[in-house]
Amino acid sequence: MASEERHIILETQDLSVGYSYKKVDSVIAQKINFSIAKGELVGLVGANGIGKSTLLRTLTGMQSPLSGEVFLNEKKLKEYSSFQLATQLSVVLTEAPASKNLSVLEMVSLGRQPYTNWIGSLSKEDQKAIHFVLEATETTSLAHRKCFELSDGQMQRVAIARALAQDTPIIILDEPTTHLDIYHRAYVLKLLKKLATETHKTIFFSTHEIDLAIQLTDKMLVMAKNETYFGEPCKLIEAGRFDSLFPKETIDFDGKTGRFTIRK
Amino acid sequence: MQTSQTYRLQFAGLSLVLIAVFLVNLSVGSVSIPLKEIFSAFIGKGASKETWQYILIDYRLPKAITAMLTGGGLAISGLLMQTLFRNPLAGPFVLGLSSGASLGVAILILGASTFGGFFGTMLLSQWSLVIASALGSFLVLLVVLAITFRIKDTMAILIIGLMFGSVTTAVVSVLSYFSNAEQLQQYVFWSFGSLGNQSWQGVLILGICFLAGLALSVFSSKSLNALLLGENYAISMGLHIKRTTFIIILATSILAGSITAFVGPIAFVGLAVPHLVRQFYKTSNHLVLLPAVLLCGSLLMLICDTVAQLPFSEFTLPINAITSLIGAPVVIWLLVRKRKLFF
Repeated sequence: MASEERHIILETQDLSVGYSYKKVDSVIAQKINFSIAKGELVGLVGANGIGKSTLLRTLTGMQSPLSGEVFLNEKKLKEYSSFQLATQLSVVLTEAPASKNLSVLEMVSLGRQPYTNWIGSLSKEDQKAIHFVLEATETTSLAHRKCFELSDGQMQRVAIARALAQDTPIIILDEPTTHLDIYHRAYVLKLLKKLATETHKTIFFSTHEIDLAIQLTDKMLVMAKNETYFGEPCKLIEAGRFDSLFPKETIDFDGKTGRFTIRK
Repeated sequence: MQTSQTYRLQFAGLSLVLIAVFLVNLSVGSVSIPLKEIFSAFIGKGASKETWQYILIDYRLPKAITAMLTGGGLAISGLLMQTLFRNPLAGPFVLGLSSGASLGVAILILGASTFGGFFGTMLLSQWSLVIASALGSFLVLLVVLAITFRIKDTMAILIIGLMFGSVTTAVVSVLSYFSNAEQLQQYVFWSFGSLGNQSWQGVLILGICFLAGLALSVFSSKSLNALLLGENYAISMGLHIKRTTFIIILATSILAGSITAFVGPIAFVGLAVPHLVRQFYKTSNHLVLLPAVLLCGSLLMLICDTVAQLPFSEFTLPINAITSLIGAPVVIWLLVRKRKLFF
């Protein structure tokens, strides 16, 4: 991998994220530096409230950085119009869709919006793309079910299918494994891995499944209290980057197994 | 799965029913006119009695057209508001449009005494009611649009609309307190709503407003579909949220504002018809919902108007009461039978 030329698609430089209220900045996380190549699966981990969602919101352009820059294809993120951004970057959010009266097919079809005409009718090409993503996420059999009839695991697959239908080089997911049982957590992460390998999409997701992420991802971004670390999971373990993630008196990281254990 | 072919067939069927009800609506009333006479009046031969011709062309026809525009327009604006605010309780008047109209009319009728005598009676012609109501709605529209530009959160717009409602209701109460029985009765009659007594000019203006609102709604249907996923998803798919909100609110205001100006504050239709339609059409696609809501709204209003005329009698019941009396049981029955609100 290292010898091949990496096409950097998403990069940050000294990014600091947070909220600005009445010209007073409240920084949530700072000095974030990473560069992600095409086709990489990247996991973002960190404690609750450390700023994972804020970082994701900044990367997707929903809020502006306090300082530093985000580069998408070597162009500044803020120079993209919202329409251009919609063809570069798709999202899977923690919030459920506002209407659950949509059929799976309708919901996935909505992902084609950046490509459809003013009234949103689907072309042959759109149909083909939708057919492909339903197959890829194993949701073809669900196509005519309503969203309110689906289990959490199925719903998450449909949400991923919708993002995939948007056909963007980058997909960003905010905690895609919450509310899922251990099987479905593994299933969703394996699906993301498969999509990154087979469709060469860059997939960036935040998660609390640190042990699963260590086993599956190409790179990880670890958000600790005052610092963020980026690299391959095994190198991060060697450098002891996971050790300081949580208070040691409660939970401890075992570098050999790549797991956290409770201190008794 | 309903394909676009079956939708087209259903819409054609609904249109046929609508035409049938339209003809029945023209034929019944305090004087019933045979269908044959209606046809001959339309093709220019003229009805066999001159009074029938007069009743048809100058009273019943504008009334029936007004009924369809009112039902269809209010139902569409209800659908727009429910999708924009992602709230099944939203209706065409959540933004305070009808309150604005009520205030305008209340000031005109209840405040007429202050202008006194001759001037007061002149103020109370039909057009002055329309103008007062339109001015009231327009004022509220301007404030709401100004707020839309300043506030990001659509839910806040909803609450502000409700607050407008409370304030205007309060002002109307104060005005009522100081006015005499005759004026109060006149105001109450206005608030019942009335489809009749429309001039052809009025119908034309209403029709133009209706077409403008309809065009804006169709133009927004792609954005409305995106909003079904929620604001954040919609933005991630390239939607300009502020522009979209602005257009949707503008369309609703044109539709609901013009209808309230000519017909009065008609409750219920705007809230209920989108729910009725969602029970039958198992889709949230606005390209299907918009025509369905338009046809069902027109149909419901025509039926209500036919009933309100109390065929074979001299009386005409207030249309606002009839829409709820007929509509509410239907909605309750549907919800109980299907056991689920599709939204």
